[in-house]
Amino acid sequence: MLIIDCPWCGSRAQTEFTYEGDATVERPNDGDEKAFFEYVYIRDNPSGWLDEMWQHTSGCRRFLKVRRHVTTHEIAGSAKPGDELPEVRHD
Amino acid sequence: MTRYSIFSLARNALTSHKNWTEAWRSPDPKPHYDVIIIGGGGHGLATAYYLAKEHGITNVAILEKGWIGGGNTGRNTTIVRSNYELEGNAHFYELSLKLWEGMSQDLNYNVMFSQRGVINLVHNDAQIDAAQRRGNAMRLNGIDAEWLTPAQIKERVPLLDLNGGGRFPTVGGLCQPRGGTARHDAVAWGYARGADARGVDIIQGCEVTAITRDGNRVTGVETSRGTITADKIGIAVAGHSSQVAQMAGLNLPIESHVLQAMVSEPIKPCIDTVVTSGSGHLYVSQSDKGELVFGGDLDFYNSYAQRGNFPRLEQVTQNLLTLFPAFSRLRMLRSWGGIMDMSMDGSPIISKTPLDNFYINGGWCYGGFKATPGSGYVFAHTIAQDRPHPNNEALSLNRFETGAVLDEKGIGPWAKLH
Repeated sequence: MLIIDCPWCGSRAQTEFTYEGDATVERPNDGDEKAFFEYVYIRDNPSGWLDEMWQHTSGCRRFLKVRRHVTTHEIAGSAKPGDELPEVRHD
Repeated sequence: MTRYSIFSLARNALTSHKNWTEAWRSPDPKPHYDVIIIGGGGHGLATAYYLAKEHGITNVAILEKGWIGGGNTGRNTTIVRSNYELEGNAHFYELSLKLWEGMSQDLNYNVMFSQRGVINLVHNDAQIDAAQRRGNAMRLNGIDAEWLTPAQIKERVPLLDLNGGGRFPTVGGLCQPRGGTARHDAVAWGYARGADARGVDIIQGCEVTAITRDGNRVTGVETSRGTITADKIGIAVAGHSSQVAQMAGLNLPIESHVLQAMVSEPIKPCIDTVVTSGSGHLYVSQSDKGELVFGGDLDFYNSYAQRGNFPRLEQVTQNLLTLFPAFSRLRMLRSWGGIMDMSMDGSPIISKTPLDNFYINGGWCYGGFKATPGSGYVFAHTIAQDRPHPNNEALSLNRFETGAVLDEKGIGPWAKLH
């Protein structure tokens, strides 16, 4: 069980949250087809640290960012969508 | 290679089974191969087998980081079926099912393929419509499908609570009688033995750490056992396709997620078919050892850890007990996880790539095991002929860019939901 720190509600069980995927993909502003294809379909899919979006669906229903290690499930921290996540060592 | 038969069994019985020869060699890697297959699971081994058998290409190496069949080939719930609706999937999986039907004879290896039928239970009107539509599509494609009434289901599966605890009443079911189960390890071992007998080198404990490129071509691999060059390289490493493709400079439309499976303690025969349910997603069958083998959804967040979380274990078990209350008395024997390549449309990728001589087989989502023989067959064709087989033309890597996605359930580009 992951324990996720909601920036508004505090530490909660992962079952209260819904996973919304990779938070590093950015929606392209112009109409470039290739960029839009990559935004919709292509993922880095790393096996180490990943920044991801979660929604606190069974709580405040707000979105948050979580920096999580995809193999060890260690969570470095979470933040509001516009805020910075804690630094981690990439190796 | 010793041919397995009643006579070889009797002959070896006379010497207390001490003189059986090894089923495959363990050679050192050669400096160069015509084709390198990365990944010694069922798909990689089947690919090498059909490269040798159908295309006469025998200077082939399979490079496996661990031991053959130690990944998802040994972690699945062993269900075999071809009950797909879309053209691009249906004919591919049906080719695979037909290869299953002759596999034990072809490989001279008993893979214990048992066509005990696969029943998809439905629980509401919308599911009836969807299942009947899929069944009709299957029949139009020449694939067997039968609609079962609740009474017929009760006759086939007496332990099923048709009332579903009041929440998930069974209102019908779609059955594929030719579906069933097989012994998963035997599939890997059978293909390994067949490929080895035709000259393929199976190299275990050999981790690929880099793929070397020259312009738009791949030239070879760096491994934990040295550098090996090759004319062509194919990868069959589902679960880690993104990682290996990135060694060649490609990013894929795939996310990796963990899928759990679990078994109960062994009991006497009580389910003689495969039962799946859309109540909350469940599939259960009984192994020849007597264990109930069951599973459900992904853990629903990206993961490379080959173990799952407890909430999912609990939810899948609740699902099972809702439909089969009698199983509440059983002990759980063990549970485990495997890493799925979740593709963005829920269908696999068996394809050429933007690189000239690099081929990919991955994106298997929940369902790679049943595809093992068909996957190897068409992937071998794709590598040998440098063009797809008619049955994997639709499974191309560029379908995401062209818009020709194969999304069975119409979910959209959400990897975890396929």
